[in-house]
Amino acid sequence: MKPQRCKGMRDLLPADMAAFRIIEGICRRCFLKWGYQEVRTPTIEYLHLFTSAGTLTPAMLGKVYSFLDWDGWSGERVVLRPDGTIPVARLYTENMEKDGLARLFYTANIFMFEEVGERPRERWQSGAELIGSDSKAADVELIALSTEILEKLGVKDVELRLSHAGIIKILLEKLGLGAGDAESLTGIGRDNPEYEKILKPLLDLKGKPSDFLKNQRALLVKNMPDIAPCLDDFLQAVELLDLLGCRYQIDIVSGAGFEYYTGVIFQLYTGDEKIGGGGRYDDLIPSMGGGNVPACGFALYCDRLLKLVNPDLLKPPESPGILVRPRQSSNESIKAAYELAGNLREAGYITEIDLGIKVSTDYRWVIEVKQDTVFEVRDNLKSRKYDFTTVVDFIKLLEANGGD
Amino acid sequence: MVIKLALPKGRLLRKTASLLQKADWRLDEYHSDMGFYRPCSERYPNVLIRVFHEKDIPVQIAAGNYDLGICCLDWIEELMAKYPRSGLVKVKDLFYGEGCLYVASASDVSDIIRDGSPVRIAGEYPNLAESYALRNRLSRFSIFPLWGAAEVYPPENADMVLLSARNEIELAEAGMAPLSCELEFGACLIAHKNSLESKKLDKVIGSICDGLPETRDKKPAAAVMRKFSVRTLGSARDNKDLVRLALPDGHQQPPTIEFLNKAGIRLNGYPSTTGNRRPEINIDGVAVKVVRPQDMPLQVANGNFDLAITGRDWLTEHLCQFPSSPVRELLDLKFSRVRLVAVVSRELSVEDAAGLSRYLVGNGSSLRVASEYVNLADRYARENHLGHYRVIPTWGATEAFLPDDADLLIENTETGRTIARHNLKIIDTLFVSTACLIGNKAVVSDSPKGKRIQTLVKRMRNALGDD
Repeated sequence: MKPQRCKGMRDLLPADMAAFRIIEGICRRCFLKWGYQEVRTPTIEYLHLFTSAGTLTPAMLGKVYSFLDWDGWSGERVVLRPDGTIPVARLYTENMEKDGLARLFYTANIFMFEEVGERPRERWQSGAELIGSDSKAADVELIALSTEILEKLGVKDVELRLSHAGIIKILLEKLGLGAGDAESLTGIGRDNPEYEKILKPLLDLKGKPSDFLKNQRALLVKNMPDIAPCLDDFLQAVELLDLLGCRYQIDIVSGAGFEYYTGVIFQLYTGDEKIGGGGRYDDLIPSMGGGNVPACGFALYCDRLLKLVNPDLLKPPESPGILVRPRQSSNESIKAAYELAGNLREAGYITEIDLGIKVSTDYRWVIEVKQDTVFEVRDNLKSRKYDFTTVVDFIKLLEANGGD
Repeated sequence: MVIKLALPKGRLLRKTASLLQKADWRLDEYHSDMGFYRPCSERYPNVLIRVFHEKDIPVQIAAGNYDLGICCLDWIEELMAKYPRSGLVKVKDLFYGEGCLYVASASDVSDIIRDGSPVRIAGEYPNLAESYALRNRLSRFSIFPLWGAAEVYPPENADMVLLSARNEIELAEAGMAPLSCELEFGACLIAHKNSLESKKLDKVIGSICDGLPETRDKKPAAAVMRKFSVRTLGSARDNKDLVRLALPDGHQQPPTIEFLNKAGIRLNGYPSTTGNRRPEINIDGVAVKVVRPQDMPLQVANGNFDLAITGRDWLTEHLCQFPSSPVRELLDLKFSRVRLVAVVSRELSVEDAAGLSRYLVGNGSSLRVASEYVNLADRYARENHLGHYRVIPTWGATEAFLPDDADLLIENTETGRTIARHNLKIIDTLFVSTACLIGNKAVVSDSPKGKRIQTLVKRMRNALGDD
């Protein structure tokens, strides 16, 4: 058959969805335990939400799915949400600003046009936003929360990379580069005469612990006095992480792409694959016309986690346990079958009505309606047959035989 | 092996024809805009030549329908702005048809950016306008795509326009100052990547290059960015009570002026012999601009104009795209009568829409619908269950698309003669279109402006003699 699925789009089959729900479920349970509340924002938002300076880079905006909707005669475009954080910040600004501090989380799909290779154009992420605190404890809370989730998911070899948007910004200014060049900072930097003096010490920070950062501070501040507040801000977070025994790598040039970050940026990798990330974005809500509200957040990339999650968590879906087979000729029998199946489902058992298609050996228990109140059940595992008249009798039998 | 070449009509036709003449192509009929779309070359009989609206040529090359084409760099960049990875390759600058793409304004734009309302950018290059807006971090903007006459929109109907002009003097004459020069362009020979890699195009490309002048001092066309300071030329958003009336340019002008005269409405400078698009009217509180009829419904919807005389075809096209638009037909003016028709090649043994649908099911292929009326074409294909179809937007000369580059056209026709001349046949009539007066239902009727509008509509209705 000719494929009919849109390019860059993905089907999630039953096994994928089972894994997806486990990931989403673990994220959800952790978020709730840390006091976060779930929100859901619309799939479609105005383009201008994402275009203000300090939100998405022009390169990213060139890849959004934007279009004129039925109200498009105003000339204003709408987009399929290309990012998870900005809509939640909008939701907060519109509905919750009076509440002050808010811990919010979401699981949502985001859309970004990818032309290269097989990269998906619709991606799923589970994210948390901590809005209303400028404390380093908030940054560290998100890092701890994200690593806790990955640990619960059994993802191996997670690497935490730390960077700082303020430091990147000063570096780019010194090197005379625009914000959009951040991704190629390493490549562009080397030909620059300032490279040895400014960039190299910072690039050398890769993988080094906070003591090294402190030592470098003395050198850097001499060349660039304005970098001191950013370095101090970064050091505070790093020292807190040391205190909590959190393992990390410092990799200044790693934090790039999103313009809305203003402070600590963290990214989560296994090998070369980025599986999540986040950071502080204190200017986003003010730029949307909200108050001067500091915030930070992160997201985990659910579809990349699908193949990384501990396989033990992904037990094969419960095989269908019970099949109830009415005599098709008899209305009374069909009614009795529905009643019995209904009672079994109420009691928590997966119960299907026989449509005459599936082979009955797929099920452990196959119940035949013999007469309106007499049922015969075959235990396919033990190859035995029993008769019963009430659902209570059958449930006793199930429990005695180790359930379904 | 057949080589397919797309040649432009319009502004590049004369110089392209003389280039090919110098290269001794001996074309039989590429010398006027009279609707000859299939010239043949005596020297290169294996080159299949079609004549398109210049704006359609990059699309045809990018899609791989044609191997080679000639058009100006502005339309190439307009396509590339949206589809950077298309298969289009620039082969050679041809050193004619030069111009410059400017972002221009007739007011102080910084005021508009400051007050938080969307910056209105109009022009024939919506993709380039969008990348300009994104690159310059305009946080809120509205792009109004236009069919033409961009120079008449600022300052009242647009804060900025993206338009081509020969130079800054030409802009100044239209009352505008450049904000930036986005692109210096000229005619280019372009090719599809695959054709260039795998087809023998050397003789054709060589001969076109032979026709070029030998030396050239002027630097080749290339994207150049220059910044200009903003000059204040006027305030953009004043005079709320003024009624803004849009009148059509082009061939609808004589019947329009005849009708307006009957209604006792006199205009000075319409039709204009000097290209003036702001004629004077003998009614106080009414301002007139002359724009493209295609652009009027959108402009009335967004409040840039209160009344406009356009065709029902363009109104219906607009309402197909934007069902929630507040634009309404106020009066049927009955002149400029055309039919909107579905057209196929005469070779196709199909007599109506149902037959076309059956033919497609039997054939199993997808249908290419070419039209200037993109949304009408889309609706027609949808409502007639034409299966897997694709709408190809065109900018005119749509007859040239059948049968090679499209299977179905949605076209307007007055007499059907042009269609017959191109060996095509009409299989369906969508509706009859006449000129009509359109307005915006959102205008408050008991405001001073609303009353003025009603008076004007009444005068026109009386002239029709059917109230």
